[in-house]
Amino acid sequence: MATTVHEPPRIEQQPQPRGVLDSGGGRGNQIPPQGSTRAVQYAPPPASTGIWVGIAAIAMTFAALTSALIVRRGGAADWRHFTIPSILYFNTILLIASSVTLEISRRRVADFMSNAQPKLTNPVRWLHLTLGLGFLFVIGQYIAWRQLSAQGVYLASNPNSSFFYVLTAAHALHVLGGLGGLIRVIRKFGNFSLRRSTLDATSRYWHFMDVLWIYLLLLMWAKL
Amino acid sequence: MHDMSAQAHVAHHAPPTSFIRKHIFSIDHKVIGKQYYGLALVAVFVGMVLSWLMRLHLGWTNLAIPGLHWLSSTGAPGNVMTPEYYLQLMTMHGTIMVFFVLTTAPFAAFGNFFLPIQVGAEDMPFPRFNMMSFWVTLVAFLVMISSFFVSDGPTLGGWTQYAPLSAVGSVAGPGQGMGVILWASSIAIFCIGQLLGSLNFITTTLDMRTKGMSLWRLPLSTWGWFITSVMGLTAFAVLMPACILLILDHVAGTSFFVASNLVLNDQLQPHAGGSTLLWQHLFWFFGHPEVYIAIVPGMGIVSHVLTVNMRRPMLSHRVLVYSMGALAVLSYMVYGHHMFVSGMNPISSIVFSFPTLIITIPSTIIVLIWLGSLYGSRLRINSASLFALGMISMFISGGVSGFFLAQPSLDIMLHATYFVVGHFHLVMAVAAIFGIFSGTYFWFPKMFGRMMDERLGKIHFWLTFVGAYCIFMPFHYAGLAGNVRRYQAFVDDYLQPLIPLHRFITVAALATGAAQFIFLYNLIHSRYWGEKAPDNPWQATSLEWATPTTPPPYDNFGGKLPVVYHDPYQYGIEGSTGDYVMQNSPEKIQSVGEEA
Repeated sequence: MATTVHEPPRIEQQPQPRGVLDSGGGRGNQIPPQGSTRAVQYAPPPASTGIWVGIAAIAMTFAALTSALIVRRGGAADWRHFTIPSILYFNTILLIASSVTLEISRRRVADFMSNAQPKLTNPVRWLHLTLGLGFLFVIGQYIAWRQLSAQGVYLASNPNSSFFYVLTAAHALHVLGGLGGLIRVIRKFGNFSLRRSTLDATSRYWHFMDVLWIYLLLLMWAKL
Repeated sequence: MHDMSAQAHVAHHAPPTSFIRKHIFSIDHKVIGKQYYGLALVAVFVGMVLSWLMRLHLGWTNLAIPGLHWLSSTGAPGNVMTPEYYLQLMTMHGTIMVFFVLTTAPFAAFGNFFLPIQVGAEDMPFPRFNMMSFWVTLVAFLVMISSFFVSDGPTLGGWTQYAPLSAVGSVAGPGQGMGVILWASSIAIFCIGQLLGSLNFITTTLDMRTKGMSLWRLPLSTWGWFITSVMGLTAFAVLMPACILLILDHVAGTSFFVASNLVLNDQLQPHAGGSTLLWQHLFWFFGHPEVYIAIVPGMGIVSHVLTVNMRRPMLSHRVLVYSMGALAVLSYMVYGHHMFVSGMNPISSIVFSFPTLIITIPSTIIVLIWLGSLYGSRLRINSASLFALGMISMFISGGVSGFFLAQPSLDIMLHATYFVVGHFHLVMAVAAIFGIFSGTYFWFPKMFGRMMDERLGKIHFWLTFVGAYCIFMPFHYAGLAGNVRRYQAFVDDYLQPLIPLHRFITVAALATGAAQFIFLYNLIHSRYWGEKAPDNPWQATSLEWATPTTPPPYDNFGGKLPVVYHDPYQYGIEGSTGDYVMQNSPEKIQSVGEEA
């Protein structure tokens, strides 16, 4: 675990242009004083909007799968209830814990960037912890699949198991995407190029994975 | 031409120098827009040739088409098309046209090139995602085309791929095995590309607008792309998992879409309990918004082109925008009208019928705004404005038949007839393609720095306009006469009298298709030898005409983002440069209604 205290560059906070229909442009660029040649930093946090858009698309995908599950279940004679592997509850705790560690890290960086904290105390340690917990979650999901297959429950065994594998695999793929995002954040943090908006967007995505998983767990618990 | 002193400075991005980064794996939205346009152009000619082959077969069923056996020796032995191969070509025609032409050209191609410029940005916020979106779409196209070259050819299930025949494998017919797997894989990959594109479009519109560019100052074309991207985000996010479930039914033995005890070709299918209607629900939840994904960008483009050529704004910019937004919202509530005869609960049909009739209200409002704005205007007649008028004409002609189809009692009779084929070809396909043509003639000078040949453009318009009506109006009559769609030959007694009509349609389709080579010639010739285009050849006001060079430089505005002072369509006024004032011109506008 790294012990060096990193001090990433302070990123100038741009005024947030948040008008709706009649606002003066999305990025609220300021016109520099006459004769000034200073380049106005134009980068607003499109990562912030972008991540919400991405979350909306992912939510639609899982909404489609949920409606498919409900339609498929309605009137299906072959619907056989099965108990979901108990390791999933442990995995849930891991994922929630990873959200907590990520939030601790994010807040420390945020405080530092907004000058509330003069020193940055090891946020990378929390980021590494988040990454580790995330990987453990995915490994835990894999163990759950192995447990089910050991019982002879495969993807095509019955519709319940089909949906179980599809939902958990789709979620795990998205979690792997989040882990990729976290690795990117750690790398950018290491070479002092991390933007606050990137960290915020990554953590927002990660928390969404958390909420999505809890939703899926409830759905599978109630319907499968 | 206009005062640039108040322009906001931005950091200048150095353009790439290597050929590969500049022209192939480019992150420049303008290059990506052109790449999408090129892809759509290839796709539209493939789709058109497929339609020619289909039409020839429909007109003269046992006609040997020279060389056809090269495409498929089993599908066209002795150059004569088998019934199955007819269905395979029909499926690929529909799929290629809907996905790789009607979605990519008006939305991804023009949107990519012009949306960032019209909002006053130097690029999209996620340019690498943008580059990926094109290359992913190209891979999807290649996967789709590759199905022509697998052993039993492409799928024959229609572009809607209804289950259970799409989910049981090759027992359902040639192409229903590997052909469907390739089809579903291609569409799932295509969805990823469009999701990445939509992400960029939405974020660019919301976050990258330049100083002074409020949402109400966005041109109508940008509104069209923005609304479409919101639809694309939600629609493609549903189609993708549907395709994955379909692939799983094929390769993993799951039973999402195949019911129990299904016997095909005397073989009991090893599936149980699936829902055949589930596929239709998932597909049409995407499929109906897809209709608007195809047409709303065209509406935006046509509104933009007409406004410039009328030299006055639309009757109501805001109502037009609200109506396009209403179409987007309602498009999700009407999808069940595709399923009136699917065996769905009849009460559901009534529930879906109501918003289907409601959706005609915003459509009608849009048309009335166009017509009302055109009334009394001194429209400049050029290729772009002619195609814009043609789009309105097609949209009205195709839309009127929608009133009939929206009612379950009438749809039971008309469903799956040529009436429906005529309806959707006019209202969605041809109207959208006219929008693409209008946009091409209008924006070509900015995209390539040269003017297109107006004389050839007008000839192209009249041949296409008359030809499209000759092809698609008779479809309605054939449909009313009970002509069922997807038949590969008309052998029933009651269909025999319609064969001359079909031969007429075939001749019209061949002639109209041939006229497209005039467009292709004009496009290629003008690209290299056309007259040099000035920066603002149409005396237009929006920001794409305010770039320092034509075509625009790598960062669009030469390192200085424009500042916007006006609404997008300041025409019919006394400006310093003529009867218009550009959006980025700081000059005061004296006439009433500057900030409507």
